[in-house]
Amino acid sequence: MNAGLHTTRRTFLASLAAASAAPRLGWAAVGNPAFIAAAKVPEGGYVLAGLDLAGTETFRLPLPARGHAGAAHPTRAEAVAFARRPGTFALVIDVAAGTTIAELTAPPGHQFNGHGFFADGGARLLTVEQEAKGSAGQIGLWDVASGYRRIGAFPTHGIGPHDAKLMPDGQTLVVANGGIETDAGGRSKLNIPDMRPSLAYLTLAGKLLEEVRLATELRFNSIRHLALRGDGLVGFAMQWEGDPGLAKPLLGLHRRGEPPVLAAAPLGEQLAMKGYAGSIAFCADGSEIAITSPKGGRLHRFAPGGRFIAPQRRSDVCGLAPHPEGLLASDGFGGLILVGPQGARPLARHRLHWDNHIVAL
Amino acid sequence: MRHMLLAAAFTLIAQAAPAGVDEALDEVLLPGLTGFSESTVALAEAAEADCTASALTQAYGDAWDAWLKVGVFLLGPTETAAPQVAFWPDKKGFTPRTLQSLIAAQNPVINNPERFAEVSIAAKGLLALEQLLYAPAFNSYGPGSYTCLLVQAVAGDLARTAAGLERDWRADFAPTLTSAGAADNAVFLDQSEALRALYTQILHALEFTADARIGRPMGSFDKPRPSRAEAHLSHRSLPNVLGASASAVALADALADWPLPRTGAALEALRDAAAKLDDPSFADADDLSVRFKLEVLHQKVKALEAVLEEELGLALGIAPGFNASDGD
Repeated sequence: MNAGLHTTRRTFLASLAAASAAPRLGWAAVGNPAFIAAAKVPEGGYVLAGLDLAGTETFRLPLPARGHAGAAHPTRAEAVAFARRPGTFALVIDVAAGTTIAELTAPPGHQFNGHGFFADGGARLLTVEQEAKGSAGQIGLWDVASGYRRIGAFPTHGIGPHDAKLMPDGQTLVVANGGIETDAGGRSKLNIPDMRPSLAYLTLAGKLLEEVRLATELRFNSIRHLALRGDGLVGFAMQWEGDPGLAKPLLGLHRRGEPPVLAAAPLGEQLAMKGYAGSIAFCADGSEIAITSPKGGRLHRFAPGGRFIAPQRRSDVCGLAPHPEGLLASDGFGGLILVGPQGARPLARHRLHWDNHIVAL
Repeated sequence: MRHMLLAAAFTLIAQAAPAGVDEALDEVLLPGLTGFSESTVALAEAAEADCTASALTQAYGDAWDAWLKVGVFLLGPTETAAPQVAFWPDKKGFTPRTLQSLIAAQNPVINNPERFAEVSIAAKGLLALEQLLYAPAFNSYGPGSYTCLLVQAVAGDLARTAAGLERDWRADFAPTLTSAGAADNAVFLDQSEALRALYTQILHALEFTADARIGRPMGSFDKPRPSRAEAHLSHRSLPNVLGASASAVALADALADWPLPRTGAALEALRDAAAKLDDPSFADADDLSVRFKLEVLHQKVKALEAVLEEELGLALGIAPGFNASDGD
């Protein structure tokens, strides 16, 4: 293309970025990825990868440890990679340069829980955290312009929060308080008999606006992951911590001010989910919502009102994100599956083990 | 030394032709599903002819034998149908309770197959039939009684489930397995994934046999639980251990294009250990000497699994999954 250019695209971009510290490069500079996802490399080691709509890799950057979810800055080519909980790190990565801009550390006695998101048009990063002892949840606030400086925190009004998202109004956040207390620095569950998960709506200043709790017989259903539709409909995916084999619903739908709607597949299919939903997403046009179960090796599609549509089998499927043609699902065998209204087809397969989540940009 | 042997085995097999998904379907799974359909039709017909418990012993045992040949592999349509065929373990005693309430209410749902299909899975399948045919609380019914009609309804429903299962396999899931890697196959992106799916279920069958079929009645050393044995009322607990293990080996033999001598030997060792047990229902599991024999049986199933992992899994180059093994 350019005969005189001997440097690789990445080193070229890196030197460009170094030469002019600001303004930062936008996503176009890194091939306009549509998604980012964490993965494990078969030979060992972890990466954060960018994917386009066809499932082709647009970039790949090493991570120091296993990632979980990520957050992408709305305009700058900057991604935050969250460690798997209990997280010791969150890295802000300049995707164009392949360099770490900032390494976020949770305040003493706190740990990251794997999820976070940008707000205020990208001016602030919000991270989901919990106290190492007792697992009380909090949202950490970071100022982007000053190099991701910690500027505050507020409680999530629940134990063991996992996912949180910004509502379409840009002013409200919704938090999945999973309800599970874990040991400091570990993943052992300490309070299953007493767990009380909740869905909490908060202002960006931390004021509790609304709190949703499930009926008593569903109190062992840990609310863990969230999906939002443009009109404010919230989907939540759950993981059942009670007796196995009870086939409790794993999908909930909620609209502010209304009672939640719980949705399940017919019994045989519901049992096959093994009480576990790992990811959740609305399809791009909002006409369907889906949850995945890597333990059950299947994806369940539902109408937004809660009616079950169909299952899709796929071993170790977990990551899920909206795609213009429906939903993109990723799995531990490197597969990327496009699930459309008429069924599913494979998009691509990478020599990677995709981790729990895909983040749509 | 062991590592060297394993490495040698791996090299040998890596050059072999791809192992046989077709053989697994044609030699084991599809004929097995046909056999299960036929055995359940025979059971339903026998129940129509004479619903009393003593008249159905043979047909009932035949249906179990046929189920174990395929039902231990929780794959494709079998995964969702299995709870309707064999609802076990029934930790909360739903099966006797649900049957009791149907009988107490003389619930007319049994007169309509479509409505009966909506009944709780606890009142369906082989374990519900076992209660009706073998539990003293139920099995003294006479011809024409409600319980007699209930037996006929459960047997008829089981035959329809079996027919649907075979249909779903032939029409949908068998083609999905054989078309692995096709542009429209989103379940198996290449043949190795189809192989893995089958292989995983071979291991699952043995794990479930060791942990549940043997492990549940064993309970703990201080608290044996003989009444938790699978199908103990019909004295099928031990036959089911042997049937499930033999099925796992049969599928492994079909999948492998190479001989599995150590697997065969491990199955023989398991059968020898089983022959030392006197009571096929494990009712004497609280006897210390029997408990030791059960522990040996358990070890033999685990040993069979370990040999299969080496003789089959390693050769197929299969490692465990990534997301499924841990939660978040």
